[in-house]
Amino acid sequence: MLSAVPRRIFHTFFRKPPAQRVTAKVPPYIRDQDSNTDNEQPLPHDFRIVYPEFLPDPRPEWRNRLRERLERNDMLTRRSVVAIPEFYIGSIMAVTVGDPNASDKTNRFVGICISRGGTGLRAWFNLRNVIDHQGLEIMYEMYSPLIRNIEVLRLEKRLDEELLYLRDALPEYSTFPLDMEPELLPEGAPVPINDIKVKLKPRPWHERWERKNLQGVQDLGLPQRFYNKAKLHEKPWEKYDLMMEYRATIPEEEQADIFQEIAPHYQQLESSRRQSKRRLAQTSRY
Amino acid sequence: MNVVPAILRAARCGEGSRLHTSSSLQHIQKQTRLRVVDNSELGKSAMLEGRPPRCIHVYNKKGIGRTGDKVLVAIKGQKKQAILTGCHQDQFPLMPKFDSNNIVLVDENGSPLGTRIHVPIPTFLRKKLTDMSRPKENEAKYCTLPFLIDHS
Repeated sequence: MLSAVPRRIFHTFFRKPPAQRVTAKVPPYIRDQDSNTDNEQPLPHDFRIVYPEFLPDPRPEWRNRLRERLERNDMLTRRSVVAIPEFYIGSIMAVTVGDPNASDKTNRFVGICISRGGTGLRAWFNLRNVIDHQGLEIMYEMYSPLIRNIEVLRLEKRLDEELLYLRDALPEYSTFPLDMEPELLPEGAPVPINDIKVKLKPRPWHERWERKNLQGVQDLGLPQRFYNKAKLHEKPWEKYDLMMEYRATIPEEEQADIFQEIAPHYQQLESSRRQSKRRLAQTSRY
Repeated sequence: MNVVPAILRAARCGEGSRLHTSSSLQHIQKQTRLRVVDNSELGKSAMLEGRPPRCIHVYNKKGIGRTGDKVLVAIKGQKKQAILTGCHQDQFPLMPKFDSNNIVLVDENGSPLGTRIHVPIPTFLRKKLTDMSRPKENEAKYCTLPFLIDHS
């Protein structure tokens, strides 16, 4: 009986209903309800650059405003114990962690920050150094209770957002002495940008760097076909994609409210920032 | 013209293309080539000849070696056991990620064949390596820098 029905019609009427797509729903952001608008304080404009991990991950399936608020409280508590300084990708840092296996129970590592990510209490950064001709990378969680001290030895930025290409660069570009002295910036000076051009080793590489539009590398010296393929793969329209940008960022009003929530603690954050700089000055003097 | 033509796309990513476009995981498994970092005669000569040892077994249940695991390697026609002292694959926080897959050769009792390691090793391995039935006088060379080995 059913076999007499033409196949197309059969599929129209008797096919399985499509599986229900689970859509994540984030309740709409209502300013009056979710934030306290009574006493607003002016905030510095660079807050979102200095403290990016206070902004939550914008993916809707991971949003939970209550959890985010609790996490921010925990982060501020942790910051009152250990000063987490301002740093950027390309800054040279030293991290001391508690280590039960080490002879003096602490372990200090110096390296250049090559990547940084995560939000909230799970924020992390990667340090890279070359010790005894051996390249090493260690990932640290910024709010881990094992961390004793984080120092910034040289505060600077690089031309790229991630320095993962240092894995394929010559070792001298990621070699830093373990007894490096902290360098002091004058008060109020902007963060300097180091426009060094790194020389990469010949292929094979970890990634196809010719497709990444890197600014901080010297001429890659590849045959023309590599650049032709990179041209095919580039996506110049993405910078006009408003929807993509909307999904990848937290709206500005919500950002302002998040930082307004931290504002009572801003004095403490700023004083710890200044104290760490003063400590830098003292250590560099002696 | 920025759009990849359909024919090219099919050839590049289709099942029949036999191309891997994702980056490799750098796991240590059977047939992985490793780097000997101690000063044992066997290891040094194998590395100098340009015939690095291959992993032929990993002594854990997953078959994928992580830092501190014991492996069986084929080195210059012999079978030797070794300890992984550094891996290139992505690591957990606070565990160093190395640029090469380093091993230290050990004999069947578990004591190292060489007397010196030329590269840094993680601190938690220092205790493991010193505990492995070593004579006491050689112990000092594992205990200088926090997680690094003496290179003097």
